[in-house]
This record gives sequence, structure tokens and C-alpha cells, in this order.
Amino acid sequence: MSATALHDEHADHSHQTGFIRRWLMSTNHKDIGTLYMTWAIIAGIEGGVLSMIMRMQLAEPGNTLITSGQTWNAIVTAHGLIMIFFLVMPALIGGFGNWMVPMMIGAPDMAFPRLNNMSFWFLFMGFIFVNLGLLIGPGSGIGWTLYPPLSDSTFQPGPAVDFTLFSLHLAGISSLLGAINFIATILNMRAPGMTMHKMPLFVWSILVTAFLLLLAIPVLAGAITMLIMDRNFGTSFFEPGGGGDPVLFQHLFWFFGHPEVYIMILPAFGIVSTVVATFSKKPVFGYLGMVYAMIAIGFIGFVVWAHHMFVSGISHDSKIYFEAATLVVAVPTGIKVFSWIATMWGGSIELKTPMLWAIGFIFMFVVGGATGVVLANAGLDTDLHNTYFLIAHFHYVLSMGAVFGIFAGFYFWIGKMYGQQYPEFWGKVHFWTFFIGVNLTFFPQHFLGLAGMPRRYPDYPAAFAGWNYVSSVGSMVTSVSTLVFFYILFKIFTGKQVLADNYWGEGATTLEWTVASPAPHHTFEEVPVIR
Amino acid sequence: MSSEAHTAEGQIAGHVPHPYHLVEPSFWPLTGAISAILIATGIIFVAHYNDYWVLTAGVIGAVSTMFVWWRDVIHESRTPGLHKLVTQIGMRYGMALFIASEVMFFVGFFWAYFNFFFYPTHMGYLHAPVWPPQHITTIDPFAIPLFNTMVLLLSGTTVTWAHHALLENDRRGMIMGLGVTVLLGITFLCGQGYEYTHSPFNFYHGGIFPSVFFIATGFHGFHVIVGTTFLTVNFFRAIQGQFSVKRHFGFEAAAWYWHFVDVVWLFLFVCIYYFGRSAITAA
Repeated sequence: MSATALHDEHADHSHQTGFIRRWLMSTNHKDIGTLYMTWAIIAGIEGGVLSMIMRMQLAEPGNTLITSGQTWNAIVTAHGLIMIFFLVMPALIGGFGNWMVPMMIGAPDMAFPRLNNMSFWFLFMGFIFVNLGLLIGPGSGIGWTLYPPLSDSTFQPGPAVDFTLFSLHLAGISSLLGAINFIATILNMRAPGMTMHKMPLFVWSILVTAFLLLLAIPVLAGAITMLIMDRNFGTSFFEPGGGGDPVLFQHLFWFFGHPEVYIMILPAFGIVSTVVATFSKKPVFGYLGMVYAMIAIGFIGFVVWAHHMFVSGISHDSKIYFEAATLVVAVPTGIKVFSWIATMWGGSIELKTPMLWAIGFIFMFVVGGATGVVLANAGLDTDLHNTYFLIAHFHYVLSMGAVFGIFAGFYFWIGKMYGQQYPEFWGKVHFWTFFIGVNLTFFPQHFLGLAGMPRRYPDYPAAFAGWNYVSSVGSMVTSVSTLVFFYILFKIFTGKQVLADNYWGEGATTLEWTVASPAPHHTFEEVPVIR
Repeated sequence: MSSEAHTAEGQIAGHVPHPYHLVEPSFWPLTGAISAILIATGIIFVAHYNDYWVLTAGVIGAVSTMFVWWRDVIHESRTPGLHKLVTQIGMRYGMALFIASEVMFFVGFFWAYFNFFFYPTHMGYLHAPVWPPQHITTIDPFAIPLFNTMVLLLSGTTVTWAHHALLENDRRGMIMGLGVTVLLGITFLCGQGYEYTHSPFNFYHGGIFPSVFFIATGFHGFHVIVGTTFLTVNFFRAIQGQFSVKRHFGFEAAAWYWHFVDVVWLFLFVCIYYFGRSAITAA
């Protein structure tokens, strides 16, 4: 078949298709990426509303908004699972990964477009299931960690927990198929001349993330399969009565769970690297160091899991090993932070909204990383385990790390994705209000944790009242900030600009800036040859 | 990245037509996902309400989705110009990565097994710290399990026979090799079925040993069913002459999968059947 004939055939893949063909039957990486982004925003709203409810209840001691511990646990569970599996992962991997990876490596689409679409639909179904788990009967109050015996049939026999567990199966299959797709795309579909060591750092971050997903998700699938069997089909993997071992579940869960936290943060690393380099108008400092730091983080991520289990009765020697191995993570992470700073050093820095989010990311992620070093110590963790210190720690790396990365990517690429630029002033208002809001929410939680306030309780003694009130005020500021974000979305979707191909100009060097804004349907009908 | 390439356009030396296969919009991903929630809901309905209809609908939906989806893929592979070399390589990546994830799935079950095998105290103070647990009579590894090991190892050689016949353009030999492999797969499943129905311990409320035994060997058995089905499809494709000396990845994928299933069995045989056998007592 001649090149011309091929070209004509591809022209059929244009935007001129009906709603059902375009959105329910899509085989286009950009449309599927848009579906992911849309769904991430919807899930983010739900997860955010749940956190507002929790902060309202916790604003003062003795509040009666939520009176049942089971309801509280169900809300905590849904908040955690929705934010992790249905906001952060779909936005960073499904959304930006789908949109940007093929464009950045100079490919017209993903390797397996139908599989790509099925990844999205599995995620969608998983989201329905997690909501069934929240709403059916007393809800599933098992925490995102799903530990038995709390999650076994003795304590929560109803179908709600099964829906929650199956929602993780569905989301897991979605991630697994996505991971296979990304790895095959990145290894097999780079434009001529685009060697591995020339790939943009965001592509590298998605590649490492995809390998983590590929190797971690199936272990979770095995663990929740065993839990479902224990609950419904008479096995006793985790039930001591039959000779089972609940700590086994913790091992299996965290063998998945620890890589999972890097799965959430590595794509944000990639976005921040891209944004910092663009707005400093300098190439990333120490490109190879950045690449191998991500690989090192990915590798170490698989051998530190039991630092989540310091109080589960693991042996002294295990604690020493897992503490030391965990502290090693700080080395490649330090390489990344110093390289971002060195990238900015001497650069011609432009503080546009994406850059604000990226710098905010670096600042807040370092705070979260430092409390991570604290918690890595088995001795300190014995006291701080499951206190609000931990809550503060992982919200600093998630709700200020991963989420700041998402917003940095959103403001950086929305013009390329939708063809309309965000309003700069309101973007900055969004950043500053969000920055103040989340810090006000989570910084006091360090103090609450050090004072001994445990997580997952709907009430507390009056001694913890002050900082809890501050924290709840912070969450209100964050929700007002989110309204600003909705206004920005409204401005973007009603805009009538004509955007340049490379609207950031000098500094934006990746291949997506060589095509129109919004990017054409299959980007590269003819692939670029890289020098 | 070198500094002279520090503009977006500056990196591009020219353009060439892309060699990839961009597929048409398809309904099957959505029907696949709907089937998946029917299966998940179906299992919950079986467990809580003893209702099998939703599960049945889900399984029918999933099998039908696979049928029509892979029918499309086979059709595309036989349409000249769609599956160029780079697309074929992409499929190899896809299958290899899928098998890697399957390996990790079994790692979870082996982990559960070794958690008790190496540390019998993890069974808790209610149970004597010995493995296999007290009052468990295990299956003699040198009866059906050894026979099944031989069956699977033999099937590994017959699938290689089929492969070499294909490479020699000997269609009759390929069909023979594949047919024998499928029969050996079915033989294995019959042996496993006999073993399960005559096992000295019960799955339901039988305690930790039957739990890890049946989940590890059961998921392996399920993979044998899948692999046998995969080989059967290739058997019929071979009869229709759909494979050529140069292009037969559908067959290779099935062979890779079959070898994976084989290797998992070897670990099961050594670790669970042989290491985990009870002390030999006078009969």
C-alpha cells in the first residue's frame, strides 16, 4: 500500500465522528486521555467533598455530623481509594501520560489503542464499584489498606466490602493494561533518532511508573483475591482460627502499596522536571542523573515495604533492614531535588502559573520527604505510627506533591490539549489560595500527631481542639480555591483564542510544541526524525 | 540533551511516513468492561445471594468480547499493510509484559505458601508450629503430581515440535504437534480434577494448608485451561493455514504462555507437593 493511500485512510480518523464513536468506542490516545482527565476531575470532586465532610466533623470536639464510627470509616476508605486510584493515577498516568507520551516520543498513538480504551472503561467501572462500597448497607469501613481482620467477614460481613475489593481488582486491571501499553509504546514506537537517553523526562517517569505497576499490581490482585476468598468461600489465609496470618496480608499489601506511592509521585516528578526546565529556559540539569535517580527510586521502592509494618510485630533485624533501606530512598530523591534547583540556578525564570505549582511542589515535597525520613526510623515510628503526623506526612507528598504536579501539568498543557489558554491572573489566585489552604490544613496535623492524636477517629479530646480547628479552616480555604479552579475551567472552555504552536516559546523543547494547539487528532501522520 | 537541540523544532531533521497500525474505533473495550463488572457483581451475588445468573451473563459477555475482539485482530493481521514489522514487535512486547505480570500474580500465592512453610509459627499459637500442619494428610507427590509433571514437560516438547514443523513449512506436522499438545493439556486437567475430587483435605473451612494448596494449584489449573484454549484456537488456525514461516505470532504467543504455565507447575510441584509433603508413615 502506498504512503498516499495510507494517508487517506488515516484521514478517516478525524474529529468528524459521532459522539458514540468518539467517546464510547475511542481508539485515540488524546480522546482517551481526555476521558481520563474528565473522570479524574469528577472523582477529585467526590474525594474532596468527602474530605470536607471529615474536616467539618473534626472542626470541634463533640461534633455530631457523623455519629457512627462505621460511617466515618466508610468515608475515610472512600476518600483514600478515590483520591489514589481515581484521581491521582488517572490524571497523571491515564490523562497526561496518554496525551503526552505518544506526542513526546513522536508517535501517532499508543501501541494498543483498544486496550487503552479498555483501561479507561475498567477504571470507570471501578469507580462505580467504590461508590457502591461506600453506599451499600453500612458501607465498607476498611481503610484504603484493607487490613483483615477488620475487613473479614466476622466484622463486616455485608457485600459492601466485596464491592470495594472488586473495585480495586477493576482499577488494578485498568492500571495493568495501561502499564503494558505504555511500556510497549515507549520501547517500540519512538521516532527515528529518539534514543532512550534523548527521551523527555516525563516519558522516562511514565516508563518507570509503568514497570512499577506491572510488577506490583498483580501482587495486590493476589492479596485481595485471597481476602475475597476468606470472606466468602471458606478459606483462612488471614484468619488465625484456621491457621492463617493477618500479617501476611500486610506484607502482600505493602509489597504493592509502597511501589504504589512512587507510582503516584514519579509522573509528577516528570512533569515538574519539564515545567522547571521550560520556565528557567535551560535544559534540565543532570539529565542522566535524573533518569537513573528515577530508576533507582523505582527499584528501591520494591525492597522497603515493611517500613509500613514497624508495629506489626516484625523482627528486630527486619526493622533494622527496612529502616536502613528506606533511608536510602532519600539519596536519589535528593539528586532530583538538587537537580531541579540547579536547573533554576542562573536560569531566566518566568513565574507563570505552571512554574508556581512546580516550585510549590518542590518546596512541599521536601517537607513531606523530611517527615518521611523521620517516619522511616523504626523507633520514632513506634510512637508516630497511625497518628496525624503520618497523615500530615503523606498529604504533604500527595495532596501537595502529586496534586501540585497534576496542576502544574494542567496549566502547562491545557492550551496544547484544548487550544485555549487559562487566565494567568486566576491561575495565580488558584495557586496561592490552594497553597495557603493545604498548608493550613496539613501543617498543624504534624503537631496533632506529635501530641498523640490517632487517625481514623471521628472525635477527639478537647486538648486537640485548637489545631484541629485551624486544620478545618484550611480545608475551607482549599475548597474556595477549588471554586476558583472551576471558574478557570469555565473561562478555558468558553475561550475563543487562537494559540500558537509553542505558546511558551523558548525553553519548551519537547515534540508536542512542534504541532498545532490543540494538537491534531493523531499528531504525527508523518513521524519526525530526531537529530 | 545537547544545547543546540534546545528548541522544539531544532531537534527535527525531517519527517517519514509512520509504520504503525492505527485501529478503527471499537465497541469491544466497553463490552469487555461491562462483562467485567457483571463477573465481579456475579461473584458477589454467588457469595451473598446464591444467585448464578449475573456471573453466567458476565462470563458469556467476556468470552464473546474476547471472541469478537481477537477475530478483529486476526482479520487485521491478514489485511496487507496493517501489521508491519514494528506492529508485530509491539505485540511481542505486549505478550512478554503480560506474562511478566502473570508471574508476579503467582509470586503472591507462593509468598503466602512460604510464609507458612518457612515460618510455621505464623499459623499462630492455636496451631503446632509444623508444616504441613498437624492432622493434614498431603497428596503423594510421586503419584498423580509426578505424572502431571511429565505430561506438562512432554507438552512443552510437543509445542516445540509444532513450532519447528511450522518453521519447516510442514503444516501437517504442526497440526499434529499442536493437537498432541492440546490433548496433553486436557490430560493434565483430568489428572488435576481427579486429584481435587479425591484429595485428603477439604477446601471449604479446611484451614490454611488447603487454602494455599488450592489457590496456588487452582489458579495454575485455570491458566492451563486458558493455555489449552489458546492452543486449541491456534490448532484451528493452523488447519485453516493462517500461519506462515515468517508470520505466526499468534502461535508463538500461545507457546510462550504454555511454557510459562509449565514453569509455574514445576515450582508448584517442587515447593508445594514435594517440599510440603507430610512425613512418610507406615501405610
